[in-house]
Amino acid sequence: MKEKLVLIGNGMAGVRTIEEILDRVPERYQITIIGEENYPNYNRIMLSNVLQKKMTVSEIITNPLEWYEENQIELINHDPAVQMDTTNKKITTQSGKEISYDKCILATGSRAFILPVEGAKLPGVVGFRTIDDTENMLEAAQKYQKAVVIGGGLLGLEAAKGLLDQGMDVTVVHLEKWLMETQLDEKAGKMLQADLEKQGLKFLMEKATQKILGENRVTGLAFSDGTTIETDMVVMSIGIRSETTLAKTTAIEVNRGIVVDDFMKTNIPDVFAVGECAEHNGNVYGLVAPLFEQGKVLADVLTDREAKPYQGSTTFTSLKVSGCDLYSAGTIKETEGINSIEAFDGLNYTYKKIFVRDNQVIGVVLYGDTSEGNRYYNILKKNESIEDYTPVSLLHMVGEEASADVSEWPDDEVICGCNGIDKKTIMTAINEKDLTSVADVTKHTKAGGSCGKCKSVIGDVLAYALGGEVVSAPTGICACTDLTRDQIVTQIYAKKLTSSEEVYRELDFTNPEGCPKCRPAINFYLNVAWPKEHEDEKESRYVNERLYANIQNDGTFSVIPRMRGGKTNPQQLLLIAKVAEKYDVPMVKVTGSQRIGLYGVKKEDLPKIWEELDMKAAGAYAKAVRSVKTCVGANFCRFGTQDSMGLGIKLEQRYEFIDTPHKFKMGVSACPRSCVESGVKDFGIIGVENGFQIYVGGNGGTEVKEAVLLTTVETEQEVIDICGAMLQYYRETGIYAERTAPWIERMGFEVVKEVLLNAEKRQELLAALDEAVAGRRGNPWDEVVEDHKTQQELYTVGRV
Amino acid sequence: MKKIYVGQLEELAPRMGKEVIVGQQKIAVFRLSDDRVKAIENVCPHKQGPLAEGTVSGDYVFCPLHDYKINLDDGQVQEPDEGCVRAYETIVEDDLVYIVV
Repeated sequence: MKEKLVLIGNGMAGVRTIEEILDRVPERYQITIIGEENYPNYNRIMLSNVLQKKMTVSEIITNPLEWYEENQIELINHDPAVQMDTTNKKITTQSGKEISYDKCILATGSRAFILPVEGAKLPGVVGFRTIDDTENMLEAAQKYQKAVVIGGGLLGLEAAKGLLDQGMDVTVVHLEKWLMETQLDEKAGKMLQADLEKQGLKFLMEKATQKILGENRVTGLAFSDGTTIETDMVVMSIGIRSETTLAKTTAIEVNRGIVVDDFMKTNIPDVFAVGECAEHNGNVYGLVAPLFEQGKVLADVLTDREAKPYQGSTTFTSLKVSGCDLYSAGTIKETEGINSIEAFDGLNYTYKKIFVRDNQVIGVVLYGDTSEGNRYYNILKKNESIEDYTPVSLLHMVGEEASADVSEWPDDEVICGCNGIDKKTIMTAINEKDLTSVADVTKHTKAGGSCGKCKSVIGDVLAYALGGEVVSAPTGICACTDLTRDQIVTQIYAKKLTSSEEVYRELDFTNPEGCPKCRPAINFYLNVAWPKEHEDEKESRYVNERLYANIQNDGTFSVIPRMRGGKTNPQQLLLIAKVAEKYDVPMVKVTGSQRIGLYGVKKEDLPKIWEELDMKAAGAYAKAVRSVKTCVGANFCRFGTQDSMGLGIKLEQRYEFIDTPHKFKMGVSACPRSCVESGVKDFGIIGVENGFQIYVGGNGGTEVKEAVLLTTVETEQEVIDICGAMLQYYRETGIYAERTAPWIERMGFEVVKEVLLNAEKRQELLAALDEAVAGRRGNPWDEVVEDHKTQQELYTVGRV
Repeated sequence: MKKIYVGQLEELAPRMGKEVIVGQQKIAVFRLSDDRVKAIENVCPHKQGPLAEGTVSGDYVFCPLHDYKINLDDGQVQEPDEGCVRAYETIVEDDLVYIVV
């Protein structure tokens, strides 16, 4: 029996510790992870990029659900641990699950500190810690005008900039004299404020919030000096507090955080803590580098290696707001025995300040130009004496100053501070593994995988290692090209490229035959661009779409016949039953979208089964229009207002077998009770007394997204037309494998709405759709049944 | 070592694999875009995925289950994943395809 290791907290510090353990001894523990949020582990540092719409939620997921599966980790998500019994070694979750452990890691992180003032619980007052917080803020930014961010620290400023970018009128309220006062000195803090004011942020400095005003929702703030400000939303960003609620219910020693020793052990045997919830030598860290350092120590301890005791971390900070480059590390207070060297360049608006004690650098603040951040950080970490350096040097000839050239850096120079990766580790990985892109380096060494600030330096190291070839950060659709979807599609039209082969050749893909990411994408773009000229390339489709059946984990397939609108009849059921018996189908199951699936079918049996079933494919294997779910509707239901089944069947019949960038799911409910969950469909209908509400962009899958009300129409025909126009617009502008939710987010909901509700544009799109799919919408199963060559090539197994 | 006849070259679809079972051995046979023929064991070392159903690019196949990239010449799994499958010698004579087992 393997020992049971339970991690409480599915965040960056805890999951990194698990990764470190798996790296050392993959099979040692049976691992369970308990998490509160409804997402797999994601890079919390990047939330401000999500808020500034530079990244999507899926891009910040660092460990997708497959990672948990592949490593046989049981994930109990969206179900926080609420009780811990350290005597019987048992944990209870909110839903009542009981999990026993041999070893337990507490990595419960921290929460935004909410000021204990009147009104702090009003709707419209939020923290900024999680994906859900971020999405709430983005949603509020759509509805409201004014926002106040309380707290001019790192996170507060990033939140403020994000809301400003969403078009809000944003004021930052700060208690101190200057911004980011723990990381910046007064001068740098004021430079930052001036730059942010130029970008449009407003500031109220040295203001203490006394009360949050409002009755049903926040309407304003009152300050201790008697002044007030109006606002529709308040983001509290004054700091974080370790989350220790669970630990406090036990005998585990808790101070500001959960108290740990140099080996991350708590006072209770077999219970450990890492990350923002842990307190080491009186310090609680809220930055990523220390958390990862702690994770390494704990992984050594838990795999019985000789662990170097954790001795605290030197932290550094940078701000992710464009146009405000700043860097801060170490101690930045001038107290007794600490002197400083500072340089202000009024021409370039840059500022540097180095804090020195006993001839050693102990702190650094840079503003405006942070390219030397890493260099100073290394001098600081190595406790180098500064005797050999010129402290101040003005107007020397270019090139005389210390080099920013990575080729001259020593091997132990830290490149990625978050993950503690030095130049030598990166050089070795590049040489031994023939890495050619920054993404490769990140994949193999983790350098650049957290805050991402060092990616340009990694690019420099890569360029140096590869002999000076400049490598830029990748923007391409996959590792085979640096081109984006838009660049590729533009070239497909401009150069009239009509086959994948031409695309790969003319657009200089590094891999002339592509990879599983770009091959189906290019095939799709060509099908949309040249419906007549381009012949669909089966060899570029994923196996499911090539064989018209979903491959299962054991190499068998599933057969899911179409039942439009989820409606069936006794004859069909008899046929399905007969076939299932005759071919010994191991599993018959009602699917998630109101169909019946036969699972575990051998490839060679597929054409025979299809022939005997004599039904159409449901298309469950494809990135295409999927089946339409319906409720029973006005025909039977006492609440139904519309014939939902009838409309669902019409929609399905009209648009089945049309390829889309990703699967396109529909649902038709006959009343607002929405039994088919129209609110999480790509295209969802809710019947009401006077017509149909149309919702778009919903998703109930990996990333749950509520659909947005597009419009209400009176007739079925309008529903059908708007659906077709949306399909074609999505086909023409979507990135392959992008669901409608991120697509709408990227395009802008208002833009999509304007196009779909404009009668003229709608007709154009419908006409384009009909032309594009003409002759391509036959039942693929029939085509295989009738085509013996294809059967021979793709559905047989040779036996010798 | 035995030379075993698998079929005619034109019966193999370019860049789409075919499974051939020889005794107890499951073998994936591939016709590449330049008509060379490769054969490897049809069982991915990761989770036993059927490699014959994978995407073929150049001299590599990507397993359909979890995208392991495997060299069709030597059966070696490519970085960052690890492992290997058996690779078989193939012979094409007068458009007739053989595997050496």
